[in-house]
Amino acid sequence: MQKIVGLTGDEAVAYAAKQSSVDVVAAYPITPQTVIVEQFAQYVANGEVHTEFVCVESEHSALSACIGASLTGARVFTATASQGLALMHEMLYIASSLRCPIVMAVANRALSAPINIYADHSDMMGSRDSGWIQVYAEDAQEAYDWTLQAFDIAEKDNVMLPVSVNLDGFTISHSMEGISVLEDDAARKFLPPRPISYIVDPDRPITIGAGNNPEYYFEFKRQQEDALRRSSKAVLETARKFGAISGRKYGVLDTYGLEDADVAMVGLGSCMGTVIEAARRLRKKGAKVGAIKLWLYRPFPERELLRTLEGLKSLVVLDRSCSFGAPNGALCSDILSTLYSTNLKLKISNVIYGLGGRDMTVPMIEAIYRRALRQKKQPLKRDVRFVGVRE
Amino acid sequence: MSHKPGWRELPIGGHLYETGSSLKYKTGSWRTFRPILDRAKCTRCLLCWIYCPEPSIKRTEDVVEIDYDFCKGCGICAAECPVKAIQMVEER
Ligand code: SF4
Ligand code: SF4
Repeated sequence: MQKIVGLTGDEAVAYAAKQSSVDVVAAYPITPQTVIVEQFAQYVANGEVHTEFVCVESEHSALSACIGASLTGARVFTATASQGLALMHEMLYIASSLRCPIVMAVANRALSAPINIYADHSDMMGSRDSGWIQVYAEDAQEAYDWTLQAFDIAEKDNVMLPVSVNLDGFTISHSMEGISVLEDDAARKFLPPRPISYIVDPDRPITIGAGNNPEYYFEFKRQQEDALRRSSKAVLETARKFGAISGRKYGVLDTYGLEDADVAMVGLGSCMGTVIEAARRLRKKGAKVGAIKLWLYRPFPERELLRTLEGLKSLVVLDRSCSFGAPNGALCSDILSTLYSTNLKLKISNVIYGLGGRDMTVPMIEAIYRRALRQKKQPLKRDVRFVGVRE
Repeated sequence: MSHKPGWRELPIGGHLYETGSSLKYKTGSWRTFRPILDRAKCTRCLLCWIYCPEPSIKRTEDVVEIDYDFCKGCGICAAECPVKAIQMVEER
């Protein structure tokens, strides 16, 4: 039996971390992630968990402590956002290369300057090549569900990689929803204690993080890339297992209305709820539109995505960050390069939206759909538009 | 070592499960200046032994010796020696 509780996205993530029997949390508060660690600290203070909570002086130290703890075999959780994630940047690569199955919630927030505390994906997109598995939640329920699933994915023998669970700042992190939560027992059964791969034992010393010269470094990067690419299978396995106990179906992506759609919109995070609402309204009026919500961004789910694109005439790619100086937004670049090796011929346009928490409303999305429905030919120039910005 | 393992054969994350790998890695080839010890001047105060970062100064019963397999030629020993018993000489 699951009960429904009123929780904000941040609280839901903290609740999931609590139910995941985390051994160590090392974190530093930053808006809009603060409530996650605040709430978790409360669990520790109340004696509801037996977690070692390490208060550190910065995000760089937070992730460093997490890496150390994870390497001893502990289950480790942390959370951050924006500038905090940027400060972790150096350690992000070390966590993934040392193959630490850390789970980190990122309450996505714009990067300075100018300083802004509201939602966009610039923070995680700036770290998209750091070797982490990256999932994006659409709402607080998904943030809860993905946090639980993230540990199961990360700790699999053939994965052993960190996972970031992304939830849009404020839109998800601070909005309260009725959330179905698992019973503690069910969560424990889904997520037994982390299997011990090795223990730190003075009688059997091992070396971690040894220097590698040109003769070896490349092999470790190749190995890491292989593990990350293959982890999408682990994501599907975990989703199946989680579906069986929760009744909620996850995977690498979700679709809406694609059976007969001519035009679809693809994107990440909270905006996809609005997109689906706009698509629903248009479909009522007979427009053949659909939506693709990517849960998994890294590894990029090429195969599954291509399957959803068959039969479409046009695809609008929503990017909630700006890849300065690049031909397209980050997600759009990924999709274009995925399409290049296929013979799918569909029009692709890119929309940059929502920077620094700028609202993307149903009418705005309807207008984007209508434009795509009208468009007959792929423009020869790149088709990138900034939607919602004042001209 | 002639055969170097491919990426599939290596332990994940570059973790080393056996100790002493640094012994196999002879850093002496990095050296451009070679410390030469003058035994006649040496008072065996062991300051060089304390300061050598490698450590490549070996102490035996009555003398100190430089292990050229690992000495990187940093010159710290020569700088620290109070009686100037170590000279840095360019490798050729
Ligand atoms: S030159 Fe440097 S490495 Fe070599 S013996 Fe002296 S202190 Fe040690
Ligand atoms: S520091 Fe000089 S005197 Fe002292 S042990 Fe070394 S070489 Fe000899």
